[in-house]
Amino acid sequence: MTGHDWIYWLFGTLRWSDFPPKGDLIADCAAGIAIAAPLAVVVLLTVKHRWRWLWEEWLTSLDHKRIGIMYTVIAFVMLARALIEAGLMRMQQALAVNADGVVSPEHFAQLFSTHGTAMIFFTAMPFLTGVINYVMPLQIGARDLTFPFLNAVGLWLTAAGAGIVMASLVVGKFAIGGWSAYPPFTETPFSPGEGVDYWIWAVSLASVGSMLSGINFAVTIYKERAPGMQLFRMPLFCWCALCTAILMIFAMPPLTVATGLLALDRYAGFHFFTNDLGGNMMAYANMFWLFGHPEVYILVLPAFGIWSEVISTFSGKRLYGYPSMVFAVMCIAVLSFTVWLHHFFTMGQSASVNAAFGIATMLIGIPTGVKVYDWLLTMYRGRIRLTAPMLFAITFIACFVIGGLSGIILANPPVDFAVHNSLFLVAHFHNMLVPGTLFGLLAGYMFWFPKVFGFRLDERWGRIAWVCWSGGFLAAFMPLYILGLMGATRRTAQFYRAEYEPFLLFAWAGAWLIAFGFVALLVQLWLSVKRRDELAAPIGDPWDGHSLEWWTPSPPPEYNFAVLPKVVDTETFTVMKRQESAYRSPDSYEDIEVPRNTGIPVIIGAAACVCAFALVWHIWWAAVAGFAAAWGALIVRSFDTDQMRTIPAADVRRQHEAWLTRARAATPIDRFAELEPANRGRAVATQ
Amino acid sequence: MNFARRLSCLLAIPLLLTGCSLAKDGILFPAGRVAAIQHDHLVRTTLLVMIVIVPVFVMLPVVLWRYRLTRRDSTYRPDWDFAWPLEVFIWGVPFVIVGLLSFSLWHTTHRLDPYERLDPAGRDPLRIEVVGLDWKFLFIYPDENIASVNELVLPEGREVAFTLTADGPMMSFVVPRLGSQIYAMAGMETQLHLLTDELGDFRGMNTQFNGRHFHEQKFVVRVRDDEGYRDWIAANRAGAPMTLAAYARLARPSTVARPLHFGAVAPNLFDRIVAKYRPAKNTAPMLHGDAPHPPELRPAAHDIPAGAMP
Repeated sequence: MTGHDWIYWLFGTLRWSDFPPKGDLIADCAAGIAIAAPLAVVVLLTVKHRWRWLWEEWLTSLDHKRIGIMYTVIAFVMLARALIEAGLMRMQQALAVNADGVVSPEHFAQLFSTHGTAMIFFTAMPFLTGVINYVMPLQIGARDLTFPFLNAVGLWLTAAGAGIVMASLVVGKFAIGGWSAYPPFTETPFSPGEGVDYWIWAVSLASVGSMLSGINFAVTIYKERAPGMQLFRMPLFCWCALCTAILMIFAMPPLTVATGLLALDRYAGFHFFTNDLGGNMMAYANMFWLFGHPEVYILVLPAFGIWSEVISTFSGKRLYGYPSMVFAVMCIAVLSFTVWLHHFFTMGQSASVNAAFGIATMLIGIPTGVKVYDWLLTMYRGRIRLTAPMLFAITFIACFVIGGLSGIILANPPVDFAVHNSLFLVAHFHNMLVPGTLFGLLAGYMFWFPKVFGFRLDERWGRIAWVCWSGGFLAAFMPLYILGLMGATRRTAQFYRAEYEPFLLFAWAGAWLIAFGFVALLVQLWLSVKRRDELAAPIGDPWDGHSLEWWTPSPPPEYNFAVLPKVVDTETFTVMKRQESAYRSPDSYEDIEVPRNTGIPVIIGAAACVCAFALVWHIWWAAVAGFAAAWGALIVRSFDTDQMRTIPAADVRRQHEAWLTRARAATPIDRFAELEPANRGRAVATQ
Repeated sequence: MNFARRLSCLLAIPLLLTGCSLAKDGILFPAGRVAAIQHDHLVRTTLLVMIVIVPVFVMLPVVLWRYRLTRRDSTYRPDWDFAWPLEVFIWGVPFVIVGLLSFSLWHTTHRLDPYERLDPAGRDPLRIEVVGLDWKFLFIYPDENIASVNELVLPEGREVAFTLTADGPMMSFVVPRLGSQIYAMAGMETQLHLLTDELGDFRGMNTQFNGRHFHEQKFVVRVRDDEGYRDWIAANRAGAPMTLAAYARLARPSTVARPLHFGAVAPNLFDRIVAKYRPAKNTAPMLHGDAPHPPELRPAAHDIPAGAMP
């Protein structure tokens, strides 16, 4: 065997030249941050002697609440990265009118590919999975998800995927084929090298993780509801979580199949989607969007749930039209599987097929419109408090109908034929996903933060963040509608029309404003942590909440509820407060079983990450080792019979009674004092 | 461009947003029948949807103002959560509007089906074969036996029937002011019918990302009167012939600085390009093996000077 062979056997296609420096200042900075930031965390943990704490309290935890928080941390890290990329792209386009701009076309292509991938799979998905993970079991009065171990495996597979995307910043390059990675461009002849492989394995890991989460959420909602919690007594967020879970179960497999077939094409010389030897790229388009369209609703439905909670709570009112809302969510979930073809009206199918899918798409506008009106009617005759989450809700309602309009427009094949692949489309889906999903998740983050950590977030910086995000969104995306109608294409590194320039500059200014919005969120978090004693609301109900999660201390104990509640209404906690039974001592306590911590999900995630990285670089021995380690860890787990731990009734009693005593002693405060330090988390029930 | 000019551009935004100095391009400024119908459809759809949207913009501020916490004299009904008449209204109105929109969608979609003639009664359309290449378009005029690269000349008022394919990744062919776009895919044929209404020079391009020179894949469309069209055909005939060898060179990933013109075209060139990706029954053995080299395997895409083609 020659030396070259040995190097290939050991390192695959990985070479020194794949490591930084990359000969491009921006890429080098990115790689520098991707190396320095984790290093800084490692140093900090070592200096503060926090490794053991991190491992025992967090990484190995099977508690749905901690897993939810870890999902959200992943989402925020990836959001930061994806926002920087978005800003760079806006800068490039603004400066590249009849000029070269700041990044090369190939680098620009990597930016839009990673931006889309990071935003969809590693920001929005972990964020919403994290929020559902945290809130849904509390809302249905459950002690945990049905499969806590599976939940942790999902988390660590998602983390592994995010790690792969991050690794591409440092080692080698990411794909340039966009977040949808259409073949044949992503086939080896046109995209040789590691880029597309990075995309394939990152997305595959994330999609398997999401499918596992979906199964877990659906089973939990079906099986773990507290006594009396009929399906039609679930808070709307749980209904949205249920529909999201069902969509995850059915929409993720087509993606896994599509990426798997693409991998077979690239690794094993198959011809599913190649130009030649009978490959058919339209098969990919069909499969990808069979996932991709329901995915849009996976992203937006949890946010609809959050808006329903936020708007009804801060209007001091029951949700208007609960059955109507549930029916609308179900309609949207079902219809989402009937519209995928609108993503490729222009690929040459017949007019009747296009028209049928166009009409199916417009039908989704009906339940969505109903929901907007239901939210308006929820505010009607309420007492509205314009807190930061509520302000986001207002921006959402106003912007979402504009996005709905452009959606109806795009659903019309005649118009889509003109603006397909243009910036009009880019404006449309950002118009749905930024105010819809991202603002929803941010509102949810601010809304439930006091529940999670026991103190409220700083209100002033929350409002500053709202101003920046809302203004930035409008400035960044409204000009793109006009540019799209003027024929500006998406994914374009350079434009040749001077008339575009003012619009592009305006959009760039919007990107800056959004960046300030993100910084404002960080400042808000930092200030709030500093002032956490003043903002503390440990009793658990700072906003006069309606549903069960507010009937626990903040943060809730590991077992969620000392005694399972008796559910009598969609707003059980409101009923309890009005009857003044919320903080009464229960008759008796019982032992509670909770899952023991285990490091096996972390090992599975790490092994999967090694396997994926090795596959990207054709390091076969490491790929096999990683794959075997992941399955081996799972098999080891299956022999572990000692998976549960008992919390004695006496401990539960002690903790619960301590909380009840504090709650009864606290002064109930009305909504005018909601933002005052006096708000320790016991609200006067509104009548 | 200096800072001051950029700033003035930024300040001009409100003016621009009023629509008085938009780039005259895209379906907002149609120059062909398809784009004109699309424009009208866009306006009609927008106006209909406004019936649902405008009330939201009216109600939202009113509700927020009237039912704010600090205003104590407005009605407060925390448990009010349902009313049948409202339900009928908020489900019914969108339902009726989507019904109307669906009717108009079905009709217009069939009218603008890119595979169908726009004017079945009119004279035969001008046939043009389009080949999407990395990163340029080859236009073959089979009836005239000429070809051009990145320049499309069309006679005014005459229907054009395009047949498209690609010799590389997927591409999408569009002339924004004329209307519809359609994908060009290797081994497959798609069709598009357009009708020009206005003399002038327009721009066309590929809208489907296909690599690092994607943004340079643009071409000029010149709509001429019959005389101008005939003159261009005649001038084009002076160009060198598009032999199979010349095609093989052109098909390599590259950009072209200026449009190229070819005075004759190898027989059945378009069909051979489509056929070369078909398995087994390869009807074009001469083209076999001439598939474009993948871009990454070549050092760099380079310009083919206009005069360099044989």
